[in-house]
Formats: sequence, C-alpha cells, structure tokens
Amino acid sequence: MTDSTQQASSWTPDQPMVSIKEVHKSFGDLEVLKGVSMDVMKGEVICIIGPSGSGKSTLIRCINALNDIQKGSILVEGLEVNTPNLDKLELRKKVGMVFQQFNLFPHLTVLENLTIGPIRVRKLSKADAEHNARKYLERVYIPEQADKYPSQLSGGQQQRVAIARSLCMETRVMLFDEPTSALDPEMINEVLDVMVNLADTGMTMVCVTHEMGFARKVADTMVFMDQGEIVESATPEKFFTQPETERCKAFLQQILVH
Amino acid sequence: MKQIPGINQTTTTDLPVLKPMRTDVVPNSVTSTGFTRWLAELSVWHLSIITVVIFSFSTLANAANTYSTFDALDALWRWMPFLLTKGFFFNILISVLVMIIGTILGVLLGLGQISLFGWLRKFCWTITQFFRNSPWLVLLFVVMLAFPFQFTVFGFTVPVPDWLKAVIGLSLPIMANISEIVRGAVLSVPSGQWEAAESLAYTRTQTLWKIILPQSFKRMIPPWMNWYAILTMATPLVSILGVNDILKLSRDAMESEGNQPELLVPFYTFILLLFFIYCYPIAKWTQYLENKFNVRG
Repeated sequence: MTDSTQQASSWTPDQPMVSIKEVHKSFGDLEVLKGVSMDVMKGEVICIIGPSGSGKSTLIRCINALNDIQKGSILVEGLEVNTPNLDKLELRKKVGMVFQQFNLFPHLTVLENLTIGPIRVRKLSKADAEHNARKYLERVYIPEQADKYPSQLSGGQQQRVAIARSLCMETRVMLFDEPTSALDPEMINEVLDVMVNLADTGMTMVCVTHEMGFARKVADTMVFMDQGEIVESATPEKFFTQPETERCKAFLQQILVH
Repeated sequence: MKQIPGINQTTTTDLPVLKPMRTDVVPNSVTSTGFTRWLAELSVWHLSIITVVIFSFSTLANAANTYSTFDALDALWRWMPFLLTKGFFFNILISVLVMIIGTILGVLLGLGQISLFGWLRKFCWTITQFFRNSPWLVLLFVVMLAFPFQFTVFGFTVPVPDWLKAVIGLSLPIMANISEIVRGAVLSVPSGQWEAAESLAYTRTQTLWKIILPQSFKRMIPPWMNWYAILTMATPLVSILGVNDILKLSRDAMESEGNQPELLVPFYTFILLLFFIYCYPIAKWTQYLENKFNVRG
C-alpha cells in the first residue's frame, strides 16, 4: 500500500500514463501473454488489433486488474497493478472500462446506472451525480433516455450508455474491449462516432477493435498482437500501408481484402 | 446466387443437424418449481370428480352397515370447526415458522456457499448437501430424540415443546434447499455484471448487495414459493411424533366417534381438500410469477 502510493506520487505527466513491462499471463497451462511491453502516453489513442485468441482482451483486462498477471509490471500513473496489496479503488478511479457485452445493470435505470459509481466512489451528492450523468448522456447523444431501463434501448444506445457510465467516473484512461463486436451493423457507427468524439477531446484510450476504418482514423499508435505477443507497433499510416512483419501483412490481407 | 465455399445450398442433409444450443439455461435449483407446476395444472373439476367417486364408492361398499356415510359426514360436520382452528391452523403456523427460520438460515448458508473463503464455502456446501439429501422424517426423528425436552440457562428451566422440535427438524431441509436457491440465483447472474461493478470501483460486498442480489431476488421467489407449498404438504409428518396437527387431531376425533370405518374417507378427504384449497392458489401464483419474471426464458 505505502509502496504503491509512493510510486504514484513520483509519477510525472511526461512519463507514460500506462506502462506495461514484460507481462506474462497464463490460464492454467495456456500462456496467453508472453512478455508484452507497451507504453500509453497521456492523450494517446492506441488501437490493438489481432486474430482472436491473441491476448488483446486479456491484456487490457490486466490493466484494469480484472485478470491478474504472473510476471511483469503494469504501472498506471505510477500505481503498480501487479501487487497483492493493490489499492483497487485507487486503480479504478484512474481506469474505466467499456465491455463488449455492455454489462449495464438491468435492474437500474440509465440514470441510476450512471450515478451509482460516482455517488459511492467519488462521494458525489445525488444531485451532482445526476447533473454529471445528464451532461455525459448529452455527450453520447442520448439525453432523452435517462429514465429508461437498459432493456428498453437498442444495442447501440446501450453501449453508448455504458461509455457514458465509464465517463461519469472521470477516469484518466479508458479501456474499450471490442465495444462494437456485439452490435448489429447499423448500430456500429453511432458508437464509433462517440468514440471518435472522445478521442478528439484528448482522452487517453486503449481500444481492442476490429473496426479498421475507425482505428485508422483515431489511433495514434496501432498495435498488432498475435499469439500472446506484440508483433508490430506503428503509426496507423505506416501500419496500414507498409506493415513490416509477415504475420501482420497476412492478417491485414485477410481482413482488408474481401 | 453467390456460392459460399464449403456450404451446399441446394440439397438438404439426412444427417442429424446440431440445433443451436440454449445458453441462457438457469441452474436447476432455480427453476425447480415442478411440484407447484403440477399442482397448478390440476383443475377444480378433477378434484370434485375424484371426491364424488370416493364418496359414492364408500357409500356403496358399506350399504349393509348400520353406521352410514351420512352419520360419518355428520360427525365430520361436528368436528370441523375444531379440526380447522386447532388442527389445520397449527399446520399453517408450523409451516410459516419453518419457512421463516429456514429462509433466514438458508440465505446465510447460500451466501456462505459463494464466499471467497474456501473453508467457509466448503463448510456451507457440505451442510447444504447433507440436509438436502436427508429424508425429512428421519431428520424429524433425530431432532425429536436428540434434543432435550428442556434445558436450563442461568437457573431458568426452558421447556422445549415437541412442536418446537418439529419446527427445527423441518427447518433443516428447507434451509438446505433455500441455500441452493440462493446460490443458483446468484450464479445465474452473468459474470459481466460482476466485472462491470468491479470496474466502477465496487467492492465485492457492495456488488453483491447492490447489483447481484437485487437481480437474483426475482429468480428466487418462484422456487421459494414452490418449497413453501412442498413444506406445507409435509407438515402432517409431525403428527407421527405426537404433535397435535390436523392429522393427529383427526385420528383422535375418529377414535372418539368409535373408530367406525365409514369415518376414514370423509375425514381424510376433508384433510386433503383443506391442503388443496390452501396450496392451489400458491401454486397458481407461483406459476404466474414464474411466467412474469420469465425465468424459463
């Protein structure tokens, strides 16, 4: 505890906001991350792509301590995630996450979904939390849905609520775990629009995605993962036009050529 | 039409086709409302017909006897207020007490079964399985014979009446089954809910009480009511142990009427009808709630 807070205080904004070093993660005998290293600077948007089973989702879940790691280090603003006495509350104040399956709370209204976190964690009053929530609903273009239940919304709307819920926590980094993969095609764009908007405002984002157009548009850095390793990491321009490795070339070939 | 490689679009197959699997199957204990389901599907007509057949059969069979079925019905009529207020009411009282105790203990035990502490989880699991799989009558006997009829605390002697022992004995299996209902309902909430709450900096306890239990509560109600109906049906078991429930008092009544064989059918039919009238609405209501909450998808 004291260890991690000391490290946290020594962090300065010119250092990477998230610093991942030599991370190893196995589920039983299956090694899903084989020494992954990556830095995320403040305001940077990183898009991670790769075939399924390559460890992309696991990697960002490890940043949020939803999965533990066996070896290596993950620092979020200097806070070490890979330690048994991790202050999870502190970590979750810094890191927000949006899931593939939205994971909204079905027994709560949209507004309640957005306020329960801030009221409990950021100790906001109900009125302040609701004011904030409405502000963020505005930002995801659905202020009028505040009093509905998640089941009354379309998939795209639900995912936008989930993004707003994460925004309400006013975290420093947002993680997106394939946010459009569970959506019907006609709803993908409304969610991507929100994410583009978010990237433009300078939010630090790590997105696992299959949307190449989106990635190309917003990413500062493209990361290609395969079999638990980061194979290639480059600017989108270079990444999509002149990929260096064979594996990356083959993957892009598969998804871009129809 | 564009051909998709590997997919033959023109011919059908004789081979068995694997149908899409349902993935939203709720654990068995949550949906185990089989008994009330069966009961709710009985109609009042079925019951009336059965009653009439039983009565007329007994009348014909005993036509030669001097003590007629009408005499027996007359006896039943005289005993009815007593049997209702002293007997059946006591059965209901026992069932309510058992349900209260069983629910409180069962919820604790069920929450213990999903504890993060391995030893507590194993302990609660063992208790649950043990009492779920024990015959109720044997449990009743054990409690009756093993518990003292009174005990002394700080110089006060507190008697433990038989009916209280019976309540304890019946509470044990109810507790175990409710423990399973709680466990099953909590586990039936998708893991994404836990993760989302965790990402919002909720602790495990906060997640359980604010996110998971409110969602699983609805799923617990129908099976819980199902167990209440089963329990109510089982309350006459306590008569074997000398508790003055409806069955015991009916036998006493028949004895005081001279143990005429004609008494048996009216008296026992009366008891059956009482339980039916009490449990049938519960069964209907359970079914209604189950459909409303859409537990079965």
